[in-house]
Amino acid sequence: MQLDSKIPDGPLAEKWNRHKFDIKLVNPANKRKYDVIVVGTGLAGGAAAASLAELGYNVKAFCFQDSPRRAHSIAAQGGINAAKNYQNDGDSVFRLFYDTVKGGDYRSREANVHRLAEVSVNIIDQCVAQGVPFAREYGGLLDNRSFGGAQVSRTFYARGQTGQQLLLGAYSALSRQVESGKVKMYTRSEMLDLVVVDGKARGIVTRNLITGDIESHSAHAVLLCTGGYGNVFFLSTNAMGSNSSAAWRAHRKGALFANPCYTQIHPTCIPVSGGHQSKLTLMSESLRNDGRVWVPKSKEDAEKVRTGQLKPNNIEEKDRDYYLETKYPAFGNLVPRDVASRNAKMVCDEGRGVNKEGQAVFLDFRDAIQRDGKDVISAKYGNLFQMYEKITAENPYEVPMKIYPAVHYTMGGLWVDYNLMTTIPGCYALGEANFSDHGANRLGASALMQGLADGYFVIPYTVGDYLARMPYDKVPADHPEFKKAEQEVAARIKKFANRVDGTKTVDEFHKDLGKIMWEYCGMARNKEGLEKAKGMIQKLRADFHANVKVVGDGNGLNQTLEKAMRVDDFMELGELMVDDALNRSESCGGHFREESQTEEGEAKRDDENFSYVAAWEYKGENQQAVLHKEELEFENVKLTQRSYK
Amino acid sequence: MNLTLQVWRQGKPDKKDGNNFTPGGDGKIVPYEVKNISPDMSFLEMLDELNEDLLRKGEDPVAFDHDCREGICGMCSLYINGQPHGPETGTTACQLHMRSFKDGDTIYIEPWRAKAFPVVKDLVVDRTAFDRIMSAGGYVSVNTGVNVDANEIPIPKSIADEAFNVAACIGCGACVAACKNASAMLFVSAKVSQLALLPQGKTERKERVEKMVAQMDAEGFGACTNTGACSAECPKEIPLSSIARMNREYYGAKVTSKNA
Repeated sequence: MQLDSKIPDGPLAEKWNRHKFDIKLVNPANKRKYDVIVVGTGLAGGAAAASLAELGYNVKAFCFQDSPRRAHSIAAQGGINAAKNYQNDGDSVFRLFYDTVKGGDYRSREANVHRLAEVSVNIIDQCVAQGVPFAREYGGLLDNRSFGGAQVSRTFYARGQTGQQLLLGAYSALSRQVESGKVKMYTRSEMLDLVVVDGKARGIVTRNLITGDIESHSAHAVLLCTGGYGNVFFLSTNAMGSNSSAAWRAHRKGALFANPCYTQIHPTCIPVSGGHQSKLTLMSESLRNDGRVWVPKSKEDAEKVRTGQLKPNNIEEKDRDYYLETKYPAFGNLVPRDVASRNAKMVCDEGRGVNKEGQAVFLDFRDAIQRDGKDVISAKYGNLFQMYEKITAENPYEVPMKIYPAVHYTMGGLWVDYNLMTTIPGCYALGEANFSDHGANRLGASALMQGLADGYFVIPYTVGDYLARMPYDKVPADHPEFKKAEQEVAARIKKFANRVDGTKTVDEFHKDLGKIMWEYCGMARNKEGLEKAKGMIQKLRADFHANVKVVGDGNGLNQTLEKAMRVDDFMELGELMVDDALNRSESCGGHFREESQTEEGEAKRDDENFSYVAAWEYKGENQQAVLHKEELEFENVKLTQRSYK
Repeated sequence: MNLTLQVWRQGKPDKKDGNNFTPGGDGKIVPYEVKNISPDMSFLEMLDELNEDLLRKGEDPVAFDHDCREGICGMCSLYINGQPHGPETGTTACQLHMRSFKDGDTIYIEPWRAKAFPVVKDLVVDRTAFDRIMSAGGYVSVNTGVNVDANEIPIPKSIADEAFNVAACIGCGACVAACKNASAMLFVSAKVSQLALLPQGKTERKERVEKMVAQMDAEGFGACTNTGACSAECPKEIPLSSIARMNREYYGAKVTSKNA
C-alpha cells in the first residue's frame, strides 16, 4: 500500500490557501443532496456537525452520552493556543508552527501543522462571536497566559474551564442546527461498525444504548471524531466512557492506524491513592506558570516526608531540589509535558518521591503566594485548588500540592491525509482521533486548537472536495453490506451477553490490561519489556474471551455489556501499541525507549532511521499487523536535538 | 467503613410525551450492604464496588449515569439522602468523597425526580428536555466563517466575569431535582443571562428568552416560586439572581412581543 499524504505543492505558507482554491466545491443547492455522518460531539465533532449543517449538508450526529454537551473535550482546563500576538511578545503563525513541530519532536507533518497555526487565529474570533466568555483584562481585551514548550503568551483561557466553554460554544452552534432541522441528533447511540460499500465508507451501524436496537445509518461520508484511546491504560484522565471502538472498528475495516505508541503522560495529575481508583484527575498545566516543582534533595528527607515525620514546609530552601529549574534554566517549570513527566519519574525512581507510595513530587505555590498574594493566585487557579482539596483533603494554599504523571492524551490515531481522510475513501478522522498534528508529543493548549481547527475550518472544505466527486445516489440502509454488518454486530453482542458463568468482571480485566500497559508501555519502554507485554496481552485477551462475566443481554440498557465490547477493542489496540513501540527503537517525544537516550538521560531521536509515520494495517484477528511508512520531509524546520536548557 | 445503601431500582422506564407522564410502575427501594469502603473513595467508586459485588453474585448491577468523574460533564445525577449530588455544597456526586460519611451510615440513593426527566432505568434519567430548550434559542446565531477580530469586541472584565459565572452551568439538572415544583428556571436563566450580558447575544435577546421559556413550559417543568433550593444545591453555585435577570428579560421581551 502506498500512502499518499496529498500535501499540496508550493511554499509552506501558501499551501492551505492554494489547496482551498484548487479543491472542488459543491454548489450550494446541491449540498442538500449529500448526507454526512458525524460520530462524536466533542470539539471536533460538534464543530464539524454544526459547520457542515450551516453549509447545507444533511448531518446525522451521534454520541454515546445522554447529550452532545458531555463529550470529554469539556474537561480540558488550561486553554487554547492561537498566534494572535496580542501580547506583542514576538508570536507569529510561523512561531506557533515552529514550536508545535519542535514540541512534537519532529514527528509531525509540516504542512498540517502550519495549517493548524494559520487557522488558530480564526478559532478565537469564531468562539468570541459565539459568546464564549474568555478571560479578559480590565480594558476589556482578551487575556493570555503561557504554557509549556513556548516562550510567548499565546494561550487564551476561560478560568480553568476552557474546554467546557469552547465545547458549549460548539454545542450551541450544533443546537442551532438541530433546531433548523439540518442536524439529526442521536444521543446514547454507540457506533459499533463502519460500513464500506464498493470501497467507500457509506455508513455506520449503531446500538441504541437504551433500547438495545441495532440500527443502520447510510450517508455519503463518515467523520470519526471520537477522541483518543488513553483508557487502554484503565487509569487515565479520560472520561469513564471514552473509548477507541469507533476508530478501532474503522481500523478493522481497512483504515490504517498511525503511531499508536505515541501516548502523552501528563506531568501534573493527582497521584493514585489506592486500588479502588477509577480515574485520574488532571491539574492544569497552567499551574506550572506559578507553581514550582521540587522534591527533597536527600532520600532520607523524602523518606521522612513519606512517613509524615517531616512536613514539606519545614524543609529548608537548601535541602530542596527544584530539579526542572536547575536542569532546564531557559524553560524551567514550563518544559514540555514529556520532559516534565520523565523527570518526575526519574526523581521518584531515585527514591525521592513524596507520597505514601513514593510516586509523587511537590508543586509548590508558597513563593507565588508570597510574591503576588493569595487573592491573585486564587483568581487564577481558585477552581483548581478547590478541586484538589476536594479530592485529597489537603489545602494547596497552605501545603504544596502533590502531583504525578498520568496518561492524558494520545497523539497516535487513525492515519489521515492532508484532507483528514483515512485510507478508506469517504471515512475521515478529526481531532484526537487522528494522528496528524502533534507528532510524538503534544504541547499544552494545542488539543483544543486542533479539535476546533479540524471541525470548523478544515473539514468544511475538504469533505466538499470528496462529495463533489460523488453521485447523489444514496445507499439504502438495507443494502446487503449493512445487513451483513448488523449481523456481525448482533453476533458480537450475543457473544458477550449473559455470561453469568464467567469468573472475572470486565473491570478486573481492564485493570489487568492497564497494569501491563503502564508497566511496559508507559513512561519508559524497552525491548525486553515490550516483548513480554505482547505475550501477556495475548494471554489476557484469550482469558477475557473465555472467562469474562457479563450479566444481562443486549435488549436494553446494559452498561456492563457496553464496557465489555470496549475493553475487547482496547485489548487489540493495546497489542498494536506494543508492536509500534517495539518497532520504534528510537526515543522521541512521549515515546522513551531506554535503549536510546543521551548521556544526560534525554530522549535521543534517530532521524536517519525513524523519521517516518508508522501506519499499521489490520490483517485479521490474532494476525500480525503490517507496517507501512510515510516518510516525513522537513523543508522549513531544521531537525535538532530538542533542548529546553 | 461499612455502609447500608438504600437504592432505587426500576426496570420499566417512565413514559413522557410533552406534558403527559406515565410512571414505569415497578420502582422500589432495595437495601444493599457495602463493606471496607475507604474514605478516600469517591461516591461513584463506592457504587463501582457495589456493582462489582453484584456482578460477581450474578445480579444486575445498578445503572447510573457518570462520565468525566471530575465534576464538569454534568452526567452524574444522584439524589443522595434527599439532596441532589449529596451533602457537600458546590460539588457533583462524582467529586463527593466517602470521607463525608461515617461508618455504619445508611445512605439513600435515588434518581432525579421530575415529570420532565423520566426514569430510564434505576438511577438513569432522560434529560433530553434540556437539549430541546437549548435548541430553542440557547445560542448566538453566527455561522462558522471569518468573524471580526476577537479584540474588536471589548467586554469589561466585570461583565465577562459575571457572564462566566453563569456560563459555568454543567446542565446536570440538580436544580430541577432540588425544586419542589421541578422547575428548570435556574438552568434556563443561566444561559439566558450569559447571552444577555454579552454584547454578542444582545441582538437576539428578546426572541431567545421567549423561545426558551416556551420550550421549558412545553417540556412539563414546573413554575418558579423563588424558594432558592435550586441555587443552594447547584454544584456550580449558579446564583439565584440569574432567575431575576431572566424574569426581567422575559417581561422586557413580552412588552414588545408579537406573541404576547
